[in-house]
Amino acid sequence: MSQLAELETTDLMPDDDRAALAPEQSGIGEVSQTRLMIRRFRKSKLAVISGIILIIMYLGAVFAPFLSPNDPAQVDANYKFSKPSHLTLNGGPGICQVKQVIDPVTISSHYVTDCNNAIPLRFFGRGFEYKLFGLIPTDRHLVTVDKGKLLLFGADSQGRDIASRMVYGSRVSMTIGVLGVIIATILGSVIGTVSGYVRGPTDTVIQRVIEIIMSIPQLPLWATMAAVMPPNMSVTGRYFLMTIILSLVTWTGLARQVRGKVMSYANADYVNAAKSAGSSGSRIVLTHLVPNAASHIVAVSMLAVPTAILAETALSFLGIGMLDPAISWGVLLQDASKIDVLQQYPWVLIPALAVILCVTCFQLLGDGVRDAVDPYS
Amino acid sequence: MTQTTTEQATDISDQGQGTPESAEHKPLLEVTDLKKHFPIRGGLLRREIGTVKAVDGVNLSVNRGETLAIVGESGCGKSTTGRAILRLEEPTGGEIVFHDSELGAVNVESADRQTMARIRPKMQIIFQDPFASLDSRMTVGRVIAEPLVINKVLQGKALRDRVAELLVEVGLRPEHASRYPHAFSGGQRQRIGIARAIALNPDLIVCDEPVSALDVSVQAQVINLMEDLQSRLGLTYMFISHDLSVVEHISDRVAVMYVGRVVEIGTTADLFYNPKHPYTEALLQAVPQPDPRNRLEVVPLKGDVPSPASPPSGCYFHTRCPYAQPICSEETPPLREVKVDGKATGHQAACHFSDELKLKGAVVSSIETVPQTASASQAAGAPSA
Repeated sequence: MSQLAELETTDLMPDDDRAALAPEQSGIGEVSQTRLMIRRFRKSKLAVISGIILIIMYLGAVFAPFLSPNDPAQVDANYKFSKPSHLTLNGGPGICQVKQVIDPVTISSHYVTDCNNAIPLRFFGRGFEYKLFGLIPTDRHLVTVDKGKLLLFGADSQGRDIASRMVYGSRVSMTIGVLGVIIATILGSVIGTVSGYVRGPTDTVIQRVIEIIMSIPQLPLWATMAAVMPPNMSVTGRYFLMTIILSLVTWTGLARQVRGKVMSYANADYVNAAKSAGSSGSRIVLTHLVPNAASHIVAVSMLAVPTAILAETALSFLGIGMLDPAISWGVLLQDASKIDVLQQYPWVLIPALAVILCVTCFQLLGDGVRDAVDPYS
Repeated sequence: MTQTTTEQATDISDQGQGTPESAEHKPLLEVTDLKKHFPIRGGLLRREIGTVKAVDGVNLSVNRGETLAIVGESGCGKSTTGRAILRLEEPTGGEIVFHDSELGAVNVESADRQTMARIRPKMQIIFQDPFASLDSRMTVGRVIAEPLVINKVLQGKALRDRVAELLVEVGLRPEHASRYPHAFSGGQRQRIGIARAIALNPDLIVCDEPVSALDVSVQAQVINLMEDLQSRLGLTYMFISHDLSVVEHISDRVAVMYVGRVVEIGTTADLFYNPKHPYTEALLQAVPQPDPRNRLEVVPLKGDVPSPASPPSGCYFHTRCPYAQPICSEETPPLREVKVDGKATGHQAACHFSDELKLKGAVVSSIETVPQTASASQAAGAPSA
């Protein structure tokens, strides 16, 4: 009981923080939480690399027509399930010619590649016409050939260029998931915040509804929705309907996460301090709860994107998502659903690599963001 | 706002420096039969299947300019009492009368929105955990300005000036306003919390274990700052703590709580050296003594604190009381005045035998000054409330 009496002599001086006692050094302790998070994020190499790869992939989606040597929708009976073109450096970069040879004995035809008379690759050459950004009409492409067809990853059942279709497919596949998650995030944040802050019967009702939605088996639900969708629907119509379907199943998990965060922040002492100063509920939500929960919401949404992309791919693969005139990775993979096709023309599986790359990158990026936002979770 | 502070400060400093007992005893806050029950819900429909009586009929009053300490072990409801008084937890029942200089006596428990909006700035709170009580996304300047912004007291440059003034007031520097809380140590953060609490020139500050999370050396600094502010700004503290040495140092009067009830309340000297409730005796004896000549003589309490969801009958302490008699498990003893030689002392205890028991007080340390006895402090003008 005497400790205090002895220590009473200590000056009324600030505590032992060196930083605070140092003469005016600009910037000390003036780094906001957001900037600290960005610093932490930059430290995780894997996440940064994934982010860069994703940016490149999105740029690829924007410049899809420029990158594609062939019109992705062009059907060509001569190139059905054609092998990927054989690249050669014989006489500059080019592709080998393919000649059909008929065996004089069996009269069966087979293909012979001839690399001695390679067809040269032409960079920034002319190809099919398109409008860059939907505005500037042009016909320039990154790589073209003058003769034959440049099929980097082979052709599909209707002789369409798989490489070009893959690039085009990213436009749908890489945006539909993100858009779905954005809608889900808005829905989940609002409902989760209401549920976590208002509590009481409102919270109970919302939570029971979420439980019911979560317990509906997803695949039959999707199949039903696909059956209800009019078959002659336009590609854009289907696209937006798909985003809504994807967001309907993801918002529930998000709403729960947000609710939990809001509940814990609503009991924080700084919220109590604001209350004791007479702050209104809406002010507390907007100045304390939402900014604190925001980073967590971003991290959780990031991690929901790969799931949504996979869901779109799976649905399109099953024929209940995007349908053929539309080009998405799931639609491309439909060709790979027959075992004999897969056996003879394995290159139809190449679009799956794009899915794997994209999903992995989103996964790693999401992990990096989560670690930067909540280093202790 | 600032003007009123200086007025108040000069007003109080005349009396604040001397013995607080000699000041005129106007209660600032009177709490009568305050209850806060938490429902225990269970089952499919989340029906109420029981109640935790965290605060179960607390009676106390806080005089203007004094420091009333509330002590008790973890879970005895001392923090909940503080929060219920500020309506951070909605009280289940009882009366909380706040004597405001403008509005007169206001029952905070049943006050409407408009009245609450005017009363809230008069009652502020300092929290235990300095790491959880500041929003990490706000600069220190915004944290301190928040109460002023909410109540639209100041704007623009006047607001920034007031924040700088408050920072200096609590021993920090004005340029700290642009920093974020993570750049500060625990003690500094607690100073920021104090600056926020005094921003609105409150009358009453509920201090919810303000130094428990700090190092002992820093504790002393913060306590000294709080005492300094009290005398300069004429603050009234309700000091919630479990650290008896801090309580003895800072408080004028002490209330001891056990399982949601006040079991003893009196001046610090009376309560520490002449306790009238066996629980207070047990608490005081449990304080470790740094002096090898004063060894523990009392057998420590056995058993656990009863659950506030199903408290025992009669006196809640009878299950652990070494002096328990049959009546203790049958009748609940009211909080009543302890009489010394037939005279009222202002010292209240809730024990059937408070007049008969001879209880041991705090051990007089060789370094401490000789404590005042109950009669001595009365001679100096003990409260008669």
